[in-house]
Amino acid sequence: MTQNQGYTTADGRQIGGTVMEMKNITLKFGGVTAISDISFDIHEGEIRAIIGPNGAGKSSMLNVISGFYTPTEGEVWYQGAKRPLMRPYEVARQGVARTFQNIALFEGMSVLDNIMTGRLTKMNASILSQAIWLGRARAEEMANREKVERVIDFLEIQSIRKTPVGRLPYGLKKRVELARALAAEPSILLLDEPMAGMNVEEKEDMSRFILDVNDEFGTTICLIEHDMGVVMDLSDRVVVMDYGKKIGDGTPTEVRNNQAVIDAYLGVA
Amino acid sequence: MAIATENAVHLRSVPALLARNAEKMGNKAAYREKEFGIWQSWTWAETAVEIEALALGLLDLGIAPGDFVAVIGRNRPSLYWSMVAAQSVGAVPVPLYQDAVAEEMEYVLSHCGARFVIVADQEQVDKVYEIQDRLDRFEHMIYLDERGLRKYDHSNLHQFGEVQAQGRARQGELMAELVKRRDGITADDTCVMLYTSGTTGKPKGVVLSNTNIIETARASVTFDDLRATDEVLAYLPMAWVGDFIFSIGQAYITGFCVNCPESADTMMMDLREIAPSYYFAPPRVFETQLTQIMIRMEDAGALKRRIFDFFMNHARRVGSKILDGDRVSATDRLLYSVGEMTTYGPLKNALGFSRVRVGYTAGEAIGPEIFDFYRALGINLKQLYGQTEASVFITQQPDGQVRSDTVGVPSPGVELKVAESGEVFYRSPGVFVEYYKNPDSTADTKDSEGWVATGDAGFVEESTGHLRIIDRAKDVANLANGGLFAPKYVENKLKFYPNILEAVVFGAGRDRCVAFLNIDLAAVGNWAERNNIAYASYQELAGHPDVMAALQSHVEEVNRSVAEDEMLFGCQIYRFLVLHKELDADDGELTRTRKVRRKIIGEKFSDLIDALYDGSDSIYTETEVTYEDGRKGQISATLQIRGAAVVPVAKQLAAE
Repeated sequence: MTQNQGYTTADGRQIGGTVMEMKNITLKFGGVTAISDISFDIHEGEIRAIIGPNGAGKSSMLNVISGFYTPTEGEVWYQGAKRPLMRPYEVARQGVARTFQNIALFEGMSVLDNIMTGRLTKMNASILSQAIWLGRARAEEMANREKVERVIDFLEIQSIRKTPVGRLPYGLKKRVELARALAAEPSILLLDEPMAGMNVEEKEDMSRFILDVNDEFGTTICLIEHDMGVVMDLSDRVVVMDYGKKIGDGTPTEVRNNQAVIDAYLGVA
Repeated sequence: MAIATENAVHLRSVPALLARNAEKMGNKAAYREKEFGIWQSWTWAETAVEIEALALGLLDLGIAPGDFVAVIGRNRPSLYWSMVAAQSVGAVPVPLYQDAVAEEMEYVLSHCGARFVIVADQEQVDKVYEIQDRLDRFEHMIYLDERGLRKYDHSNLHQFGEVQAQGRARQGELMAELVKRRDGITADDTCVMLYTSGTTGKPKGVVLSNTNIIETARASVTFDDLRATDEVLAYLPMAWVGDFIFSIGQAYITGFCVNCPESADTMMMDLREIAPSYYFAPPRVFETQLTQIMIRMEDAGALKRRIFDFFMNHARRVGSKILDGDRVSATDRLLYSVGEMTTYGPLKNALGFSRVRVGYTAGEAIGPEIFDFYRALGINLKQLYGQTEASVFITQQPDGQVRSDTVGVPSPGVELKVAESGEVFYRSPGVFVEYYKNPDSTADTKDSEGWVATGDAGFVEESTGHLRIIDRAKDVANLANGGLFAPKYVENKLKFYPNILEAVVFGAGRDRCVAFLNIDLAAVGNWAERNNIAYASYQELAGHPDVMAALQSHVEEVNRSVAEDEMLFGCQIYRFLVLHKELDADDGELTRTRKVRRKIIGEKFSDLIDALYDGSDSIYTETEVTYEDGRKGQISATLQIRGAAVVPVAKQLAAE
């Protein structure tokens, strides 16, 4: 793999080298080509956005990255090596965490328990030891709880710690999902439309949390988003997709001035 | 008493008291704060170490005696330590309201000329940076929570722990200076400077000396027999004098533990977990809690509701008497103890009041029903009357002499007199030194003999010696027909209805009174839900005919009650409207302690007042609102105006 050099962002952050690279990814469902021959890379510590009109294949792309879908053709390179065929949980163990477009939380469980499930990949104690709450399970749970509490503090959701998720409003559920993903201490965080359906205030809050996560933990973030204003404000580099093809790639300013992108979004006159 | 015979050396300053506590009860918890879901605690010995490290760090940054150190943030141990650390190096702590917008901060910071600012987080850092160009003496800022601040220019920005570490590293060189400054503090030196929120004009910096704070704290500790084993929850603004007296003055005198909640949102849960034995809350908090209980009881099953109603009625009848130690029959006592097991106990537990030995409310009048409700449950809730200028205590209610309509007898050491105009004056060891850089106001408020004008009109009841407050002295005026006008008296009666959050009555110099009302969205919203009334906004709900009708009946009830008062019968309300927005401190309509700024409201909504007097049925209005982040917006509405039946005054006049 080509070891790319890092770069410096507009606001002066130093971005590292390539951490993940998509090479000529094609994804077909029967006769439908969801993604056709797309290549792009994600650098360490950057906020990378994937945008595009409805049905452009953005979520499919995210599912390829997180291991939900196996690409029909092409390769995913992660941390300098080609990623073999993997199940999603194996990808998660490698440090790739995600949130879902349609919230996928356990509605009947408390916020705390939901976030604790994010630590699942870090728990090694046997079922027996966990059941009788002794030895390794106990120490492990305490260590994990501390990590989770830090995430709760970070996302300012202390007041709903013990509240069942089903009782929360939509915006807070989204935040709990982010908390669960963060609890896994990912090196890459995939966010599938983190701001869909939110009001302006909730969007502002979420944007601040995304920036803070990137700033505080140095987490690489790859996000899909519809709200153009948000994308342009948040991200360092943007990939634009349309009908499964890549039509643009670059900084928000470059992308904004790209004729193909303008056509895709505004229609061709 | 042990406190009375205390070596006077320790009563000279707060840092001296800290040294005593660290030595005499070093292993006792001094502070707790819920962080990461667990109550973290610090003993007095640990507290002394933390404060010393910060004091050394401040010396390292070049703090000079007499410098002002502004402290901004929610109640946190580190910020309390900051104030004591500032005192240790001869500086003066100035706590600010954390929800103040940048311009408000600018006034205070530039008025005192703060060289150092210690803040909680990025939000406060940003506010100070926004105004720093206009602060000519500001030099260093220290913050607690580093989130979001990593990329900030750290040339004059420091992390709290790093300041402490730097102080510890230079302990060898700086210790002598610290000891010299700490031991050099005298009883007359300034202990703290607190800015009064001011219902009129700019805030004033009230200078309180060590004697003021320590003597007042000592006297009040004796009055209520507070002990080292007591627990308090520190959740009221640190800029408010009460918090300073409770969480620093009384805490350092007795050594009791100050518990800081995890965040403002978790306050109620934290209250339950800590179950304080000494508790203070403004009437509003008790009102909100009672409203919530009632709302939840209405949703409860029929059996539970009947049990609750039965025992609450019993408690209202005998609860206060049992609390005051009056004679109550054995049957009633037995029934009360059954109630304690089934209703009162669990309810107090849910509220976090299981262990309250001494509870106070002050700041505003509390509704008699609300007050009696808590007392009936067996909670020793009392009232006090105080001011920043008095280091809080002017009068307070002794155990067993508690009523909702008085504010008690003079606190120990306080002398009280009522001038001919009706204004209340007091003199005490707690009386403030001066208003900082404002000799004119100082002279207006405090005379050469040390008597301070409270600005409140009231009288002392001859039979009991208790003080009763009627209203702000300057708000008491005459109606056009010569009758006495005391708006607060009527407003309080209105606010006792759960549906009414805020009321502002006008009528000075006019022939009749009118009122603005704010509905309580929680109470009215719940009522709307149960009655299937759909609404999209505060405005829409406030203007609903059924809501207006309910409010009208409240106003008419108040009119009937006001008519019975021989002095104030003229204050009945002829017409009222419901404001299209909630009165808000961000818009300058309320003070940060949520007191109504009558004059500003009168000017801002002058069109509405005119409409109330000119007989029109509705009025269209536009108002500018300020959002929490300081941005401005416009809201507009057409408000309905309603008339209310009044009890004929002519008859009353004739009867006199």
